Amino acid sequence: MSSFFSYVFAVVVRDLQLAWRRKADVLGTLFFFIIVVSLFPLGIGAEKDLLRAIAPGILWVASLLATMLSLNRLFAADYADGTLEQLALAPHPLTFTVLGKIIALWISTGLPLVILAPLLGLQFDLPGEALWTMTLALLIGAPILAALGAIGAGLTLGLRGGGVLLALLILPLYIPVLIFGAGAVEAVIQGLSPSGHLSLLTAGLILSLAFAPWASAVALRIALD
Amino acid sequence: MNWLKYSAPQTFYPLAGKLVPLFAWPALILAVIGLYIGFFVAPTDATQGEAYRIIFIHVPAAWMSMVIYLAMAGWAALGLIMNTRLSFMMAQALAPTGAMFTFVALWTGAFWGRPTWGTWWVWDARLTSELILLFLYVGYISLTAAIEDTRRADRAGALLAIVGSINVPIIYFSVKWWNTLHQGASISLTKAPSMAKTMLLAMLIMTFAFWAYAVAVSLLRLRCIVREREQQAQWLNETKE
Repeated sequence: MSSFFSYVFAVVVRDLQLAWRRKADVLGTLFFFIIVVSLFPLGIGAEKDLLRAIAPGILWVASLLATMLSLNRLFAADYADGTLEQLALAPHPLTFTVLGKIIALWISTGLPLVILAPLLGLQFDLPGEALWTMTLALLIGAPILAALGAIGAGLTLGLRGGGVLLALLILPLYIPVLIFGAGAVEAVIQGLSPSGHLSLLTAGLILSLAFAPWASAVALRIALD
Repeated sequence: MNWLKYSAPQTFYPLAGKLVPLFAWPALILAVIGLYIGFFVAPTDATQGEAYRIIFIHVPAAWMSMVIYLAMAGWAALGLIMNTRLSFMMAQALAPTGAMFTFVALWTGAFWGRPTWGTWWVWDARLTSELILLFLYVGYISLTAAIEDTRRADRAGALLAIVGSINVPIIYFSVKWWNTLHQGASISLTKAPSMAKTMLLAMLIMTFAFWAYAVAVSLLRLRCIVREREQQAQWLNETKE
């Protein structure tokens, strides 16, 4: 058990170090998120009531897209230089490696989104309580996005036109996260309790962390075959 | 009878050739009967008038779109477990037909919605999940088409089909819940409780017709896939048909 934790921890640290050395990738994803969110008021108009109504959906859709963009680098670099093959041959199950990579992706991309989202929510005139719920829902939802995305990243590894393909595969699977995540914020805006949405989101988190790393490892083995 | 004998493309290819007309003809005949009953025998609906008659195509197509996805995922799982090439080919042969039925269900639904609800599209739970089902089909087809190595394409597609089939109920319930939260039951898709027997009969006949069509066309597509993949195999040149 302790070897499991130390191994996953080692993978997380390694991936975070790599991400830290290529800051432009991470920052690019963040600015993509900010720009996409900022485009909507410009396109729709700056009426405060309207903005408040669409804010949860827009912030969530932008998070889905930003996560999706970051998925390309989850395995690609390791695949290109052969590291992934060595990891697959390692005595530790590939599932653990994938789990570590998912956690690292969540820390490097998901957490910054979680921190930025309330700031952007302010631009949309979201009330304080809704901002907190938004942050909490994203905190629970972002690891789900990373975990489900890892399956798609494994399936499309090394394919030409992989980016568009990844969107086709993964975005439909993200729909429940979008519904419950945005639903929680919307419930708060309407004066209802968000706990139902958040509970379902947490259930999704547990399920996806249990099964997605394994499915992603199967996809990687298929790709490396 | 040894069923495993037919798990090889070599033995299944001629069998599929024999099966295609066995399903294609019933499909045609049943469709003619079903459409005749649906359009000429079944009574006009009291509330919806003649427009309701599109359900004789719409409902069977919607059913088939879901059944085919499950069948596809089933073949994909069988392929991954038993490592049989033919199962993967079967899954790939089913996908375009399933996507077609999904599209038909959506399209005819829009045609039905226009005169009945006064709108082409509503974000109803069933409509939305049917649309997402179409996305899942498109994802599967484009993934298998994008990978050149057939072995990898088979297995990657199979994994995606299985992941998708696990997600189908989750998506359905989330969309349903989202829908009830958003707009309440302003429009209900549920049919009138008592449906005339002839209407039900026509719908069932059309379902069997579509099912037979799906089997026939998938087997035909399977034969094409076998031909494409086994070009170099000697048995293919020795097969007479």
